[in-house]
Amino acid sequence: MLEIRLHGRGGQGAVTSAELIAIAAINKGNFAQAFPSFGPERRGAPVVAFCRVDDKKINIRAKVYKPDVVIVLDPGLLSLLDPTEGMGEGGILIINTKKKPQEVAIAPGRSIKVVTVDANTIATEELGRPIVNTTMLGGFIRATGLIGIDDIKEPLLERFGKKLGERNLKAMERAYQEVSIGE
Amino acid sequence: MARQRKGIEVSIAMADAVAQANVDVIAAYPITPQTHIVEHLSEIVANGELDAEYVPVESEHSAMSVCCGSSAVGARTFTSTSSQGLALMAEIFYIAASMRLPMVMALANRSLSGPLSIWNDHTDTMMVRDAGWIHVFVENGQESYDNVFCGFRISEDPSVMLPLAVNLDGFILTHMIEPVIYEDNETIRKYLPEVRMKNALHPDNPVSMGCFAMPEIYTEAQMGREQGLLDAYPAVVKAWKEWGDLTGRYYRPVETYRTEDAEYCIVTMGSYGETAMEVVDALREEGEKVGVVKIRLWRPFPFEDFRSAVEGKKSLIVVDRAISFGGPGGPVALELRSALYGRPNAPAIVNYVAGLAGRDVARSDFRKIILEGKAKASKGETEGFTLYGLRG
Repeated sequence: MLEIRLHGRGGQGAVTSAELIAIAAINKGNFAQAFPSFGPERRGAPVVAFCRVDDKKINIRAKVYKPDVVIVLDPGLLSLLDPTEGMGEGGILIINTKKKPQEVAIAPGRSIKVVTVDANTIATEELGRPIVNTTMLGGFIRATGLIGIDDIKEPLLERFGKKLGERNLKAMERAYQEVSIGE
Repeated sequence: MARQRKGIEVSIAMADAVAQANVDVIAAYPITPQTHIVEHLSEIVANGELDAEYVPVESEHSAMSVCCGSSAVGARTFTSTSSQGLALMAEIFYIAASMRLPMVMALANRSLSGPLSIWNDHTDTMMVRDAGWIHVFVENGQESYDNVFCGFRISEDPSVMLPLAVNLDGFILTHMIEPVIYEDNETIRKYLPEVRMKNALHPDNPVSMGCFAMPEIYTEAQMGREQGLLDAYPAVVKAWKEWGDLTGRYYRPVETYRTEDAEYCIVTMGSYGETAMEVVDALREEGEKVGVVKIRLWRPFPFEDFRSAVEGKKSLIVVDRAISFGGPGGPVALELRSALYGRPNAPAIVNYVAGLAGRDVARSDFRKIILEGKAKASKGETEGFTLYGLRG
């Protein structure tokens, strides 16, 4: 089972990212869960969303405490929280930042793979505003190989409609190409 | 709709099930965490995908009143609520059962104020435990979807004619995206016949309902309610069996997991049953002889199923999601203690109350509850209850 935690701010679409990963995995015949950190929705406040993917039925009704993958949609959150909390050796940390993985001073000396995507730039260019949830999925797909770009196409187009969906898809594909994966 | 497996939010799947059940009337007032269910239903009706009356009432009291009226004329009736909404409809909630009005409610369980909280536990449903409704608890999205159909089938069964609540944990289930298998409409039509009421309100055949009762008849009316709820049991079992025969997914009033050779068991109701199974699997690897007993049918309480599920066990660790203040602890443990009272070799019962107002109960917590509970039982510490995770 792969456990994923997403950090974002209310309105950035962290929950949507978790949903799209889960639906893509389920459509492939796998089992998955996606859920928000339950509570009132507050635009701009730090939010957490969770996702689990497995090849058998998932029987856990609790938050993710030991994530294998963490996605940070908003680099500003890095000064507020430790994105690697609960993460074991071999974890993957995917951050929206202009920096290269070796420039990100998170978890030095730990065997955590840092992956960076300049998602603000990509999303601004492709979508006209820095809503990075779908862009970051490109980085996630490249870094984990859990699902393919093709798997996420259908749920993405269903979610956003053809016009907006295709622009989001383009942003995701760019992130897939432009991602920087650390050692 | 063809049979298909979908990744979908449980609330949406439940609303889709209500539409597939071809309901006639939906009356509801939005309240967290039930909101997505009725929002989606209002969309379905507004889009013309379901020929039903969606009555956007001004309060839950009115929602339940509309449901009583629509059920009384023989319309298939659905509503959904949570917490404070249920509290506001409590008056009419009791009356629905007393008047033997079939309907299905999705009760997205949430804590009651105060303090004000929107999160999940079972304090709302326990408030109406004694109203005379049939109460079913589900533990995942598929069970939520399935039990909409089973719910209508049971509730409208001529031998039952009682309202039924499908209890699903708020947020934990309502806001979860997971795989749900949708059955095709043909299967649903086969399983769920058109609603037929023997004594529906109709101008051509006038009947009186909900009459005033003098002391001379109130006692008998209450006995009728009690007997009616007890008589619902075989219809519940039959409806679940037939659903299983059609879909392969069988439900039973009390369900067990790895209990055959278990010396002790954890007992849960609702979605906690899933995490409990996961933790029991891990403890089994370590040699613990532990199993899970899950209460699915809460009213009418399946005493015999429960007793046979726990026969020969040394102890039971019961996880409640509500407190009966000033009383013996959690309502489920109370029920189980009285089910076993005075029986020879009955298992000892240790009661925990956990996960109030959405406080997360992780695998490590279940593990602690199980092992600590087992130790308490062996030391004979079975009085009262422990509020798990209480901070000093």
